[in-house]
Amino acid sequence: MALLKSNKVIHCLGNISPALGALSSRNSSWWGGVQMGPPDPILGVTEAFKRDTNPKKMNLGVGAYRDDQGKPFVLSCVRKAEALIAAKQLDKEYLPIGGLGEFTKACAQLALGPDSEVLKSGRSITVQTISGTGSLRIGGNYLARFHAGPHDVYLPKPSWGNHTPIFRDAGMQLKAYRYYDPSTCGFDFKGALDDITKIPEKSVIVLHACAHNPTGVDPRPEQWKEIADIVKKRNLLVFFDMAYQGFASGDIDRDAWAVRHFIEAGHNIVLSQSFAKNMGLYGERVGGFTVVCSDAEEAKRVESQLKILIRPIYSNPPLNGARIASTILSTPELRSIWLEEVHGMANRIIKMREQLVAGLKQQGSSHNWQHVIDQIGMFCFTGLKPEQVERLTKEFSVYMTKDGRISMAGVTSGNVGYLAEAIHAVTK
Amino acid sequence: MSGHREVKVNPRSVSHCWSTLSPFLFSSHTGIIRLARAMSLFSDVPQAPPVAVFKLTADFREDSHPQKVNLGVGAYRTDDCQPWVLPVVKKVERLLVEDDSLNHEYLPILGLPEFRSAGSKVALGDDNPAIHENRVGGVQALGGTGALRIGADFLRRWYNGVNNTATPVYVSAPTWENHNGVFTDAGFKDIRPYHYWDAAKRGLDLTGLLDDLEKAPEHSIFILHACAHNPTGTDPTQEEWKTISEIMKRRKLFPFFDSAYQGFASGSLEKDAWAIRFFVSEGFELFVAQSFSKNFGLYNERVGNLTVVSKDTENLTRVLSQMEKIVRTTWSNPPSQGARIVSKTLNTPELFAEWKDNVKTMADRVLLMRDQLKNKLLALGTPGTWDHITQQIGMFSFTGLNRE
Repeated sequence: MALLKSNKVIHCLGNISPALGALSSRNSSWWGGVQMGPPDPILGVTEAFKRDTNPKKMNLGVGAYRDDQGKPFVLSCVRKAEALIAAKQLDKEYLPIGGLGEFTKACAQLALGPDSEVLKSGRSITVQTISGTGSLRIGGNYLARFHAGPHDVYLPKPSWGNHTPIFRDAGMQLKAYRYYDPSTCGFDFKGALDDITKIPEKSVIVLHACAHNPTGVDPRPEQWKEIADIVKKRNLLVFFDMAYQGFASGDIDRDAWAVRHFIEAGHNIVLSQSFAKNMGLYGERVGGFTVVCSDAEEAKRVESQLKILIRPIYSNPPLNGARIASTILSTPELRSIWLEEVHGMANRIIKMREQLVAGLKQQGSSHNWQHVIDQIGMFCFTGLKPEQVERLTKEFSVYMTKDGRISMAGVTSGNVGYLAEAIHAVTK
Repeated sequence: MSGHREVKVNPRSVSHCWSTLSPFLFSSHTGIIRLARAMSLFSDVPQAPPVAVFKLTADFREDSHPQKVNLGVGAYRTDDCQPWVLPVVKKVERLLVEDDSLNHEYLPILGLPEFRSAGSKVALGDDNPAIHENRVGGVQALGGTGALRIGADFLRRWYNGVNNTATPVYVSAPTWENHNGVFTDAGFKDIRPYHYWDAAKRGLDLTGLLDDLEKAPEHSIFILHACAHNPTGTDPTQEEWKTISEIMKRRKLFPFFDSAYQGFASGSLEKDAWAIRFFVSEGFELFVAQSFSKNFGLYNERVGNLTVVSKDTENLTRVLSQMEKIVRTTWSNPPSQGARIVSKTLNTPELFAEWKDNVKTMADRVLLMRDQLKNKLLALGTPGTWDHITQQIGMFSFTGLNRE
């Protein structure tokens, strides 16, 4: 609502200030009162990076995996799946609103596990979504319309930058619980429990299933168990965001452990999944949104309402990526290749973490960089301050987000030394 | 009137009503089910009615009649009643699969640049002065629906004031049923019909339409079907469009074109875009929601483009920057496959020519069927007049049949 008021002020100011050439065209246009939107903080980093001419430049902004040559990586299981699909000469008829059936089934099974009681009893519904963002937005819209509890969504502090505007635009209010401890660059377990204990009943709590974005800090299993207990006691609705299954530890079951534990502990969760990173299908927009319900009958009702929400946004989802994903998941040979490749990506990231810390030690850094190794997944919360980040960008052409987050995927054996140099230079 | 609107009130107050009305609580089901419902946060979520047109297809599939015909969903069929993947699309897909330099990286938020500009050129014409004046922009969207939605979300936030949900939005009576849903979910509170179909004369109710334009509050938004009106197949003539334009300009009404059938209606891209281009030449700022589902047969790849025509570059830039914010919280960035196919086709002269040919094939078959249906009805001595079948255009025909 503050946004509304500030826009009104600007609109009035526009009318009061002197008529310049630009202003007169503004006045004759419907859009004279439209403010310039700020560049997206995350995607904006890539755009600035592209404009930079320094040959040593590094893009550590967007979370898109790169191979050790710094190139985008198309998984071979994806190429193989594409060839199989092309050979089938399929038509291009509309998908159902809820998406490709084979995909949603495989997607749910990947998250919940093949022996899931939820899946056996049919008491969940999974719809295909426009990757993780689309999934979160459908989820937010669904909660705004149907959630009988407070419309407050509790995000960990910090969380992915886009969570807040997504839930806000969906009609929910945002609150936070403590998560990251800047003094340790680790998990503020006590702070999290303290805050969660105070969350009003039936509020919505967002949990990052694995590879927390932006910090890379995940709770340990024992900690997850305690969180699950407190959340149960507080009767909160759990919204899991799982964008990195397989990508975090290299093991898809290990990365889904928290999600499965919560379900076993009796939480009827809602879950967003993305295949952007773990299958490298970024631009194909492959994702799923799942609601675990009391029974199959309820799942059918929820499904019908999800379709009513989806239809006035984009009618039905795009086929290409979902078909690739489902082919991979359901073809045993491709599935094993995929598991190997996702393991490979996770391993390269882990190696880069180790090499970065080794490099910093070599530079003679006196700081403790253990957190770089302890954190998991694509991102690392370096602990760098905004001024240091600015120096890294201006003096070394190292691009990252202002919060000190680096995408380890952008680090290669070829540039890790340079990165260590640069970080050391701004922190010594 | 769609079922979901009834539940678009404070769910907390509705849920209580729903739980009392719900048949389950009055059924002879055991208390165990009642308890299970009570424990769930979603126990009061009502069953929504199915989306009519997709339910029709579902019913069709289950029907065992040997001569059954599905005349429901708007997807092109060949003379063998089969879906048709355009030959040019097959060709381009092969080229894309063989291109090892392609990857699956994110597109920019607003979409594939070559697609956006080519898309807007198709609607407005290559040589349109507005394009040369750099005041035309495109937003790649998920199908025509996605383009409408992004446009609607933008208008609700930034048109006629800030966050003015009271701006009236006019849709034709009848119109594509999802228009209502799109603008309602975008936040508009006042969606009204404008006269369009005259059931008695089976044609355009021009008097009613013009009257509605005259009476509409200034700054109202009008959803105009660029060609091949869905569902009636009845389009204004060029003279009628001129009159519509004159009133809209005088009354400061906002034209939002829905262009789902360019090329598909008459077989000519230029002819089917005449109304849009006329409005642009008249100096309007306007939106065009373009779909490439039908004219490229790319239904399930969700290829659409919201073309924005603004007064000048400066306004356009600010508008696009705000569109980016809207896209970012809806789907972040659009799917690449379909846009690549369309972009490659539109930007490669031989492929573009082949595409126009494929489009003409589809349009011609539909025109032929209209002709044949009318002739057969006449030959059977069917009561009534059937001229409207050949006078109407595009995929749909409003037969004039009553419910029974």
